[in-house]
Amino acid sequence: MRLTVNGKTHEVDVEGDMPLLWVLRDELGITGPKYGCGVAACGACTVHIDGVAVRSCQVPAADVDGEITTIEGLGTPGALHAIQAAWIEHQVAQCGYCQSGQIMQAADLLTNVPDPTDADIDDAMSGNLCRCGTYPRIRTAIKSAAAKINGA
Amino acid sequence: MSRIGKIARRSFLIGSAAIAGGVAFGIYKIRTPYPNPLEDGLAEGTASFNPWVLIDRERVTLITPHADKGQGVMSSQAALIAEELDIEFGQFDVSFGEPDKAYWNTAMADEAVPFMSTDESFVAESMRSAMGGVLKLLGMQGTGGSTTIPDSFDKLRRAGAVARETLKLAASQQSGVPVNQLKTANGAVQLPDGSELKYTELAATAAGIEPVTDVELRAPDQWRLIGKPMQRLDIVAKSTGTMDYGIDLRIEGMVHATVKMNPRQGGALRSYDASEAKDMRGVWKIFPITNGVAVIADNTWRAIQAAEAITFDWGSAPYPAEQDAHWETISKSFSEENLDSRWRDDGDVEQALAKGEVVSAEYRAPYVAHAPLEPLNVTILVTDDAVEIWSGHQLPRMLQQIVASVTGHEAEQVKFHNQFIGGSFGHRLEFEHLKQAAEIATQMRGTPVKLTYSREEDFAHDFPRHIGMARGTGAVVDGKVEAIDLQVAMPSVISSQMGRAGLSIPGPDSQIAAGSWNNPYNLPNYRMRAYRVPELAPVSSWRSVGASANGFFFDSFLDELIQAAGADPMEERIRLMGHDTSRRVLEAVAEMSSWGGELAANKGRGVSFVESFGTPVAEVVEITNTDDGIRIDKVWVAADVGQIVDPVNFENLVQGGVVFGLGHAMNCEITYSDGMAEQANFWDAEGMRMYQCPEIFVRGLENGDKVRGIGEPPVPPAAPALAAAIFDATGQRLREMPFNKFVDFV
Repeated sequence: MRLTVNGKTHEVDVEGDMPLLWVLRDELGITGPKYGCGVAACGACTVHIDGVAVRSCQVPAADVDGEITTIEGLGTPGALHAIQAAWIEHQVAQCGYCQSGQIMQAADLLTNVPDPTDADIDDAMSGNLCRCGTYPRIRTAIKSAAAKINGA
Repeated sequence: MSRIGKIARRSFLIGSAAIAGGVAFGIYKIRTPYPNPLEDGLAEGTASFNPWVLIDRERVTLITPHADKGQGVMSSQAALIAEELDIEFGQFDVSFGEPDKAYWNTAMADEAVPFMSTDESFVAESMRSAMGGVLKLLGMQGTGGSTTIPDSFDKLRRAGAVARETLKLAASQQSGVPVNQLKTANGAVQLPDGSELKYTELAATAAGIEPVTDVELRAPDQWRLIGKPMQRLDIVAKSTGTMDYGIDLRIEGMVHATVKMNPRQGGALRSYDASEAKDMRGVWKIFPITNGVAVIADNTWRAIQAAEAITFDWGSAPYPAEQDAHWETISKSFSEENLDSRWRDDGDVEQALAKGEVVSAEYRAPYVAHAPLEPLNVTILVTDDAVEIWSGHQLPRMLQQIVASVTGHEAEQVKFHNQFIGGSFGHRLEFEHLKQAAEIATQMRGTPVKLTYSREEDFAHDFPRHIGMARGTGAVVDGKVEAIDLQVAMPSVISSQMGRAGLSIPGPDSQIAAGSWNNPYNLPNYRMRAYRVPELAPVSSWRSVGASANGFFFDSFLDELIQAAGADPMEERIRLMGHDTSRRVLEAVAEMSSWGGELAANKGRGVSFVESFGTPVAEVVEITNTDDGIRIDKVWVAADVGQIVDPVNFENLVQGGVVFGLGHAMNCEITYSDGMAEQANFWDAEGMRMYQCPEIFVRGLENGDKVRGIGEPPVPPAAPALAAAIFDATGQRLREMPFNKFVDFV
């Protein structure tokens, strides 16, 4: 099976029903996407397939039909994506375990809705659970990133 | 009764444990500092000034021994050292260090003695000091009870100052310039001629000098870092997916494991059938461990799939199988024989109840899972003469002892690498997953094993917050609250938790009363009695521990009495408050929220005040009663910690604590059926989501004269403030969590 992750192609030998999350984490060593629930209830595993946010714990490897982007491919410490920069500026993270998923979900939101309202943010982000309760900062960071992207 | 009399009767939790464990001590031993663990095997030319600072020719390393489970304490510990060391973020490395007695927690004594935190009498302070001595002798290194900043605030600044002054002495020796002409900044000693000697250039000389310990800490007006916004050291990694948590580790040659334990916690494994599972792809081994089965595979998902394919015959639970029986046991525990302690008996409650208008109510708080987002995991390697562990934990020295007892090693042979933790809320105080990992790795000797719990396994074995019930009777006279007689019955969380760690804890459990007995109100008549319920389901400390339930009980009941008196909930709390710092917290939240203004007919507001871990917190919650249910609109919070280390992190932790308190009050509980938790994943115990999150306005006050923590104290007032707001809007008084059993939330 061939998967393209963050622009790099990998050949993997896995069962077709192995969730993409575990292919990424345990077969390819790409650990930015997190295991939180395994049932699409928390969003910590969120990655993009052809730019669309998906719960990688629910996507069987055999069903992957596009290029995968994980948090590591969105931006790096040396070359931050605007959303990551906003997350840093507003010091969103506490434990940080959900934040890879939050950021990938927010990136999908801003692609589709460049200037989101509070209701847009609620709709897009409510599937991503944060047990530390950083929601107020996530909301602020999304608006701040949107302003920066739109102003650029 | 005098304070001394009460103390003698109550005895001390940890003090008694120490004595039972055979620890004998004198004042000399208590005063003697522990040796510096960084001195062991120190390379030549490397200077270690104390257990927190290590400098060699290449780098400065700061040791921040408190576990970081999201509360940002690696950064705040480092900031406290750096403040006095005159070094900036980015100029040093940070490490959790290795477990050591030298890192004993100096602040845990406050919770372990039976005095209100507002009690600064000689007796109270003496007992705190004595308890501190006991904790030191035990070498009690731990993170919990919101103690990291109280423990670290003076100690780590002193560590930085000692290193700085010693480096100046080394610079003086190297340069010939007298010490009093030397200055420090940016990780270097500055000479009068404008040149500088980097600390790393001074390491070799400093290594040969006895540390200068006669140092004075700087006054607050000289601080560069403390009290100012700082960028957390972990924030870039946590925003780019590059933070390695324990669950992300890969050790050369590692295999993946999971466990399936008897979901009737503590029940036995009678038999199992792994005939299907053992032939599944990637499965290497399946074998029994105590009360469960381990699966070893080449991939976590394959291990979890195989564990799901095993069929089991489980033994029964050592507690009632059905939830109703748990409540029944609690209900029957309000009896003289179960009286754990009478924590407060001010005035004459009986007489006051005979005179006033009497109000009675019963409250309930359910079991609640910790459920941090990172499932439990341990990476471990057992060899003949050593055990190496990578995991996140709050009690690293107890961990070494417990793992050693399983593997048959000495505790000193257990090398522990603490990891950044993806949330804890008390979950990482437990040892059961470590015992299981140790059993597995003992059978896999020589092979590193990463044990990962499935989310379902994590819920099934969460060791939730203790269940509890309160009965209040109170009296109001002439529009004022005159008397409260509060009785609280709970199992002992400390006894349950420490029991699993092999410790028997005698004496009353303060957590049955914490949050009820210790709010510093001057009620004319106040009696608070705590009843110990025989152990039911195994339970564990859950963010804010006793106060998480007691805050709801006490403050809600006070609110009922205030309503019965026809008084204003804010004004009456302020009138009754007997502690200046706490009163100012209430006044601040009243001012922030413009308390007393007109509200739309479908809106409601509630206020709550709870002191926990010495930190007074007041919250106002505003809700709208919509056609579809309750919407939480706004929350205002004021809290006093004496000194805020980082205002940004402070605000984040307070907001998070409010979300945590509200979310669980809304919709979380663990219930048992057939001996098993009925909730298996976040579908069943959801907490708060983005669309439900209110605006949260935070004000940090610094009037208190001791430095306090903020990790837990924002949690307890959230539930009672929400209940009070719902009452204000609807007239419906909620006396049992979670509230979604009685009202809908939008």
